[in-house]
Amino acid sequence: MMSTYYAGLFADVGILLLGALSVYIILATGQLSLGNAGFMGIGAYLASYLTVELHWPVTAALLVSAVAAAAIGIVVGFPALRLKGIYLAMATLGFGEMVRSFFLVFEPMGGSGGYRGMPHITLGYIWLWAGGILLLVLVLERSRLWLEMRAVHDDETAAGLVGLNTTAVKIGAFGFGAAVAAICGGLFAHHYVYIEPSNFGFERSIDFVLAVILGGSTVGAGAVIGALLLVLLPEWLRFLVDWRLAAFGGLLILVLLTRRQGILDRTLIARLTFQRRPA
Amino acid sequence: MSDVLLKLDTVSKVFGGIRALSDVSLAVPQNRIVGVIGPNGAGKTTLFNVITGAYRASDGDVVFDGKTVTQWPSHRIVRAGVARTFQNIRLFGGMTVWEHLLVAQPHQGNMLRRVLPSRWADPKAWARAEEALEIFGLHNYRDSIARTLSYGLQRKVEMARAMTAGPKLLMLDEPVAGMNHDEAEELRLLLLRLQSRGLSILLIEHDMAFVMNLCHQLYVLDFGALIAEGTPAEIRTNPVVLDAYLGSETAC
Repeated sequence: MMSTYYAGLFADVGILLLGALSVYIILATGQLSLGNAGFMGIGAYLASYLTVELHWPVTAALLVSAVAAAAIGIVVGFPALRLKGIYLAMATLGFGEMVRSFFLVFEPMGGSGGYRGMPHITLGYIWLWAGGILLLVLVLERSRLWLEMRAVHDDETAAGLVGLNTTAVKIGAFGFGAAVAAICGGLFAHHYVYIEPSNFGFERSIDFVLAVILGGSTVGAGAVIGALLLVLLPEWLRFLVDWRLAAFGGLLILVLLTRRQGILDRTLIARLTFQRRPA
Repeated sequence: MSDVLLKLDTVSKVFGGIRALSDVSLAVPQNRIVGVIGPNGAGKTTLFNVITGAYRASDGDVVFDGKTVTQWPSHRIVRAGVARTFQNIRLFGGMTVWEHLLVAQPHQGNMLRRVLPSRWADPKAWARAEEALEIFGLHNYRDSIARTLSYGLQRKVEMARAMTAGPKLLMLDEPVAGMNHDEAEELRLLLLRLQSRGLSILLIEHDMAFVMNLCHQLYVLDFGALIAEGTPAEIRTNPVVLDAYLGSETAC
């Protein structure tokens, strides 16, 4: 039996993994979203409403939240088509803050006082979702659709001129990423059984992006490494007491200086699995 | 001739106040190799961009395979059967040669084939990519990152990628730029072989020997307008063309 301390940490890892994957999926098409905590918040509040007020089973509530967030993601994806780089990042950041402020004043769901009463879920249930979606992404990475996403990432104009519908690819990625973020939020809500708007602020979006960049932004498996490190490292550095977060920041900078693509990339995976692969 | 594959009818393209193309009309017959030549800045690449939907024509019509495609987005034009390469090579930075040969293949709206691992969900695509490796002699570079290859090889990867889209018309923007004589000759033979399989080719090229030995028909652009058309033999002796390229004797 795992200690409750580690059980709590691994629940956080699973939830962060989903958040990181939601960023990774959108980033695979070359779009940086700093607003995924917004989609997470939508998923958390909607799933909680469905289980608490309408007494739905958690799984059904998560699925419906995912579909609803995907629809919102697609709506957000359209204006995002016109923006690139830091401009897109700023716009998505604005979206995330908009969602947070909305729930802050949305009294039917508790407003700033938060919302409670959700049924508690187990660590196993969290990892059933996290593992399932990770597997889905890893399988998808071997598909033609993922190649299309990478093509849009590398050179959008050329992608269009070799026959790819770049608009559909970019918007689809936003919808898919939003759905994953919503499931992340639904699991968060039913793990902590209490949510408040500040759970879904800017720092949360940054955590997602950080996990992806640290773990490896060119492979889905990187999100696992990133989520593990982001949750466990600050714990392991506890012996440094007050210097803990500073040391963590230092380590982060060190990794990015030595490996810009993050810890995991295709070359490293190939070496670890003994495949022949490009140099 | 009724078997015209691509037809441009008085196409113009205006950028601000500049007429990059004015009233260009040309035709690419089925199964023919047609060249567009002209001095730098004559509008050749703009012409390619208008045909492939990268730019929208300001005036006139582009008709491909009996359909007016003037207003279509690029990806639809490609799916209708027009594939191209670029003057300044545009490969996907992080992709291997093999991935380039898979990514552009049409999936005929079959979503399952598109989202499942292509190795076993789409054996036809794998076979077609293998065939492209074979035709363009890229076997040894299958798993290399395409951008790390030599210039000549990168051009081949671009052409191979264009061919995997299954085009009826292949458009090449300066295909032999940066190639040495042997590579250019090898490419000439390859293009003739593709043509013998039923492909039509429209190409822009500065290498006159290459163009004269390959094309059935030539169009000459200067300052955005057509100044001559004809067979290579006719173009070679056309005084207007000589004038545009070399300057007239009475000038200055």
